[in-house]
Amino acid sequence: MVELIVFVIGAVVVLGGALGVVLTPNTTRAALCLVATLFGVAVLFIAQEAHFLAAVQVIVYAGAVVVLFLFVMMLLGVDRDEDISIEPLRGQRPAAIIGGALFFGMLLVALLAGGSSLTGLRGEMLFDEGFNTNIVLLGRSLFTDYVVAFEATALLLTIAVVGAVVLVRRAPGADDAIDGADSEAGK
Amino acid sequence: MIVTASWYLVLGAALFCIGGVGLLIRRNPLVMFMCVELMLNAVNLTFVTFSRMLGDIGGQSVVFFVLVVAAVEVVVGLAIIVAIMRRQPDATADDIALLKG
Repeated sequence: MVELIVFVIGAVVVLGGALGVVLTPNTTRAALCLVATLFGVAVLFIAQEAHFLAAVQVIVYAGAVVVLFLFVMMLLGVDRDEDISIEPLRGQRPAAIIGGALFFGMLLVALLAGGSSLTGLRGEMLFDEGFNTNIVLLGRSLFTDYVVAFEATALLLTIAVVGAVVLVRRAPGADDAIDGADSEAGK
Repeated sequence: MIVTASWYLVLGAALFCIGGVGLLIRRNPLVMFMCVELMLNAVNLTFVTFSRMLGDIGGQSVVFFVLVVAAVEVVVGLAIIVAIMRRQPDATADDIALLKG
């Protein structure tokens, strides 16, 4: 019963937030709706005993990623409303909605017609045995089976930071108005 | 009523489709990025559900890597958006057509 209530609330928050992201013309409001969705997903993670991932979800997504979005909006001042009444291509929007609905229907058929006949070998790990199993299991998995991939993510993060700095850096001597004023002042 | 794994899977499918439709109908690059995040989260939810269904921690490990790659993608993508917006302050996804010549 408790799981049902948690699921219903989580699902309403997740879907409401997702629809908010898609439908609101205001970019800042879309970012805040995204927070609701990410938080709802974290709640559903907890409901499925993925406690560590729920914490990471809140810290990384709701914390870092959305703050980054908001930071870019405020930095660039692009938080004004988008006119969503203009269709970029004639008929694109109905086509997108119909395509999405068809895809959803296909997924529903695949999920519900299969029923309980899930293929795949059951693992031996039962999450509700012992204490603190989730984080212990996940740590053991990350640092044994996936240790190469884990190290590769460290490299990936470093590359991303360097790439982001290179991308947004103003090239020295660029004919940018602000940059030019700065170099003038420097002389 | 008992919550089965299918409920989570259907919710994940719905979230994925909303994100996909949003990606197709919105023109603001920032909102399009948010829709990609929605789709990634839908897949994460599916992974966690299957992880519990099958009693295998591997699904949660994959979600961990998806989180890392999503964070990286946001960092690089937002850097690109900043670079574009600096040239064209009100660029939408349709205006980024320089390769058309």
